[in-house]
Amino acid sequence: MTVKIYVPRDAAAIALGAEKVAKAMADEIAARGLDATIVRNGSRGMHWLEPLVEVETAEGRIAYGPVKARDVASLLDAGLVDGGAHPLCLGKTEEIPFFKRQTRLTFARCGITDPLSLEDYRAHGGLRGLEKAVSMQPAAIVAEVTESGLRGRGGAGFPTGIKWKTVLEARGKQKYIVCNADEGDSGTFADRMIMEGDPFVLIEGMAIAGIATGATKGYVYTRSEYPHAIAAMTEAIEIARAAGVLGASVLGSTHAFDMEVRTGAGAYVCGEETSLLNSLEGKRGLVRAKPPLPAHKGLFDCPTVINNVISLASVPVILDEGAAYYRDFGMGRSRGTIPIQIAGNVKHGGLFEIGFGLTLGEIVDEIAGGTASGRPVKAVQVGGPLGAYFPRALFDTPFDYEAFAAKDGLIGHAGIVVFDDTADMLKQARFAMEFCAVESCGKCTPCRIGSTRGVEVADKIRAGIEPEKNRELLADLCNTMKFGSLCALGGFTPYPVMSAMTHFPEDFEPAPAVEAAE
Amino acid sequence: MNIHLPRADVTERTLAIVGELKSLEGPLLPILHEIQDEFGYVPEESLPVIARELNLSRAEVYGVVTFYHDFREHPAGRHVLKLCRAEACQSMGGDRLAERAKALLGIDFHETTPDGAVTLESVYCLGLCSCSPSAMLDGEVHARLDEAELETLVAEARR
Repeated sequence: MTVKIYVPRDAAAIALGAEKVAKAMADEIAARGLDATIVRNGSRGMHWLEPLVEVETAEGRIAYGPVKARDVASLLDAGLVDGGAHPLCLGKTEEIPFFKRQTRLTFARCGITDPLSLEDYRAHGGLRGLEKAVSMQPAAIVAEVTESGLRGRGGAGFPTGIKWKTVLEARGKQKYIVCNADEGDSGTFADRMIMEGDPFVLIEGMAIAGIATGATKGYVYTRSEYPHAIAAMTEAIEIARAAGVLGASVLGSTHAFDMEVRTGAGAYVCGEETSLLNSLEGKRGLVRAKPPLPAHKGLFDCPTVINNVISLASVPVILDEGAAYYRDFGMGRSRGTIPIQIAGNVKHGGLFEIGFGLTLGEIVDEIAGGTASGRPVKAVQVGGPLGAYFPRALFDTPFDYEAFAAKDGLIGHAGIVVFDDTADMLKQARFAMEFCAVESCGKCTPCRIGSTRGVEVADKIRAGIEPEKNRELLADLCNTMKFGSLCALGGFTPYPVMSAMTHFPEDFEPAPAVEAAE
Repeated sequence: MNIHLPRADVTERTLAIVGELKSLEGPLLPILHEIQDEFGYVPEESLPVIARELNLSRAEVYGVVTFYHDFREHPAGRHVLKLCRAEACQSMGGDRLAERAKALLGIDFHETTPDGAVTLESVYCLGLCSCSPSAMLDGEVHARLDEAELETLVAEARR
């Protein structure tokens, strides 16, 4: 039987040399006349081991990594096709502790299947949710999603079922499903991994959303920084359309649903839902005031569901296994699983999906294994550039929407970026303001002007100019931005700034050299 | 990518691109992407053509072009090196790497080397945050960069 060898096509694996590995593997297989084929799978999410090569054996899949092109010959010499021993052998993939500890619902197939094989998708439980949905009443689908407790994974945490219900009840001759794949937060890559590693699950989730709300057209708005995701999504949509999963008759039903990928153009603010809608319409990505809600007047003023990739990709398993199955994972009002993205200065970076409730300390110390530099952890930014910096003193905070809010933070899109003790928190606070100034759409004053003033105030603190007065001014400015901005860009930039100042006050003191000069 | 077409050709190609894409819902961004793919930037001569064909004012089209970081008003160098400057890359020494890149190329961000070989740009996140710092050279991604690898990339781009 032909042996399957897996070499990921995920952008992280490619950035670490997977293309060269795949080519070397293909050359060696041909040269040695081996009965083996290469499958380009998604990533398992253990990025410190990428490129992670796997081989299918009678005992299960055996992993080797991180593999470089020059290792390929020696791997085959050691009997890789039979799962042979080699210094790079990691044993069974599913027994690797980082992987074994996870609960993979949304990412159940990511890294396992060929992302562009619909047969593979079906063989691993794909399309079962959509098959159920086509025979259900729209209101019943919405009720199932509501009961699952699924909340928006883009960051706002708004209940997905309620959003869908509003669109279902809204009148309009055209309704839309818009997938927000403008994943611009540093420290996040879950959307990218799904689009590259299991694009059919997003297509299935969007088709279910369409049937549930009466929308017949969907858009995936993806950032231009993600060329691999755009290519994979585009190809998967064509395959799904050819197979009758999309089109005038979804899976042979009376429901019509079709979709396409649209590419952003490098504006961070377009991750904000109303900016994204303007951008899709071909306008400047300015934020819109709410109300009207996108559910009532969204894309081209039509009722629109706008959900994050992970929210939509979590829907198929909810329909397939039932609301209760999904809801039983998690804690408090945070139900189900969350794909935590571990990034920055960590030993074990990657994607870790688990029910809500792990503490930040468990994630950083146990799962991420501490810093890559080997130095002590100083701060962890949770939730992207608009998320708070957490000190070790708050490591007992459980991963849960409300628990993070109670500590003046947010889980956002669930990315965590770890910094070691060389981090300068005043510099990080200044960067947050600078980033806001560059990316502000300019519509509201607190964000447009406040961020520029914020950079200036941070510079004054750095220069030792009336530091106490300027720290107060910075806090006051943050307060204005938080409560006066139209959207999360200006409204949440105060999180990293205030958390840096609150938890690391020593970094906001004048530099010692200045003191000496006085 | 320094392509300077005569004005008539720009108009003609723009018309063809707009004709192909104008039936899309919200066609302006797809059109601008296609024009930039074709010319390497969005030529000023394209704007009145797009405006006329989409029934927009020229100011509206110009406003969209200038809102988005991706769209260039001038051609870039033959190669474009984008370095990620966001937090995850900062935590792994991205700032140091950025300084090194500037020194190696003798230019600042958003500038092109005098020989037209390389344009250096910043990017805020390539989604490779678990293997920082990262960069993109002409659309190809590179992660877990160190100084030696950056030097190789720069040398590749300079050729």
